[in-house]
Amino acid sequence: MTTKPLDPAVPPQQAAPPDDAERPGRVTLRGTVRTGRRLTIPRSVRRSVGPVGLILLWLLTSATGVLPETVLASPVDVVRQAVELTRSGELPDAIAASGRRAAIGFAIGASVALGLSLLAGLFRLGEDVIDSSMGMFRAIPWVGLIPLFIVWFGIEETPKIALVALGVTYPLYFNIYGGIRSTDAQLVEAARMMGLGKLGLITYVILPSALPGALVGLRYALSTAWLALVFAEQINADAGLGYLMSNAQQYFRTDVIVLCLVVYALLGLACDLAVRILSRRLLTWRANFEGGA
Amino acid sequence: MSFMTNSVEIRGLSRAFDGNTVLHDLDLDIPEGEFVALLGHSGCGKSTLLRILAGLDEEIGGEVTVPARRSAAFQSPRLLPWLKVWRNVVLGLPGRSDRELAAKALDEVGIADRAGVWPKTLSGGQAQRVSLARALVREPELLLLDEPFGALDALTRGRVQQLVAELWQRHGCAILLVTHDVEEALLLADRVLVMDEGRIAHELTVDLPRPRDLTAPEFVTLRARLLNWLGVTRTLEGTPS
Repeated sequence: MTTKPLDPAVPPQQAAPPDDAERPGRVTLRGTVRTGRRLTIPRSVRRSVGPVGLILLWLLTSATGVLPETVLASPVDVVRQAVELTRSGELPDAIAASGRRAAIGFAIGASVALGLSLLAGLFRLGEDVIDSSMGMFRAIPWVGLIPLFIVWFGIEETPKIALVALGVTYPLYFNIYGGIRSTDAQLVEAARMMGLGKLGLITYVILPSALPGALVGLRYALSTAWLALVFAEQINADAGLGYLMSNAQQYFRTDVIVLCLVVYALLGLACDLAVRILSRRLLTWRANFEGGA
Repeated sequence: MSFMTNSVEIRGLSRAFDGNTVLHDLDLDIPEGEFVALLGHSGCGKSTLLRILAGLDEEIGGEVTVPARRSAAFQSPRLLPWLKVWRNVVLGLPGRSDRELAAKALDEVGIADRAGVWPKTLSGGQAQRVSLARALVREPELLLLDEPFGALDALTRGRVQQLVAELWQRHGCAILLVTHDVEEALLLADRVLVMDEGRIAHELTVDLPRPRDLTAPEFVTLRARLLNWLGVTRTLEGTPS
């Protein structure tokens, strides 16, 4: 621009372009491609720094006695317990008993959720009858039902399985139902135009488009299943991880308690990993944002 | 009265949305094998008419006769993202999914090599070609096209328009093309209808030899007439002397 500023109030340095960093209305785009020998740490290493550091801190404070054993056992003791209980067969038995409860409860809850969400998602009548009721039941904290379940089902396996089933039902139901209802109407229209009948629409259009939501629901459901199990196994368990834990509590064995918590966590992680692998297999057709930077 | 058999016969068709009349007592015949373009401003009822002919809208008054074998392609390709391209093509056809049939249809639209990929990997033009293959594999007597070139870039659009012209000549089906592109209508159609406020306001028979030349004086005259009907006043630039 060669014109003189019209407004005398404009400071003179505005007319002459200042250093490029300060020029108003302009930004410098810097690329992310790195040249040269900058040291780059692999992502997996960067991600493991936090957890490994915390475990080292735990080890260090236990070894120096800053963290007394009555508060939290040292990681060395926890590992020793793991080896011992595995050798004696107690830990595998406990995992099997807990796993059985989780599996049966999950199977029941998932079947109920699937049935209800299909009815509510595919039929107007089903929606009117089921969805409002599910909304109402969801407002009840399911952990609070333990006393009622004990009254109804006693203190054996049934209330434990029922609690897991209940915890699993909600996340699966709402995610599958939501997935069915978010089916793209344009795709339904196109598929109808191509001659698909009601059953064909459900198999080829509605259910596949509900799948991503269902898998999110599955992840929630599995983590809820383990959580429900932890609560449920506080009820007079005579086998399982909860039994191991309440026994340990009586003898102040923090090493066994920590071990059980770690096992719960590992089981939860394993389930989550399984669903993530399943999702990757089933959803290869999706064009998704894969996460940047 | 024409002695040709009609593919589409519409008598006294009306359609209202919440008391708001979109189609007024509309009459229209489309003879077998004719290429009809339907022009009009947004909201003039042209897409409503197409949806009715597709059988997607049944809350209508009047009488509509259409061939049982009809199919459609829309502005967005509307492929099912969870089915491989070839499965999308033969979706809904009776019997087992026939990959060979799909391959033949995809070959016809020039993308046989993309049969085994997911729709997400296709470009816009490729996806639209798949959508055309899916419509044509059904051997329709009536093909409904709802602005199928609208979302394509100019270069791709020209190529896909050319493809539609070829496919129409080969298959001989009647085509109803909804568009708001005057030149596209004149390039492709035997007859151009201009819709306004739910009625067919104007009709123009395009008696130009194919392939048509955008710069031919007759073409320019017809274009001016259509633009005038559409209420677009524009001086003709580049009129050949």
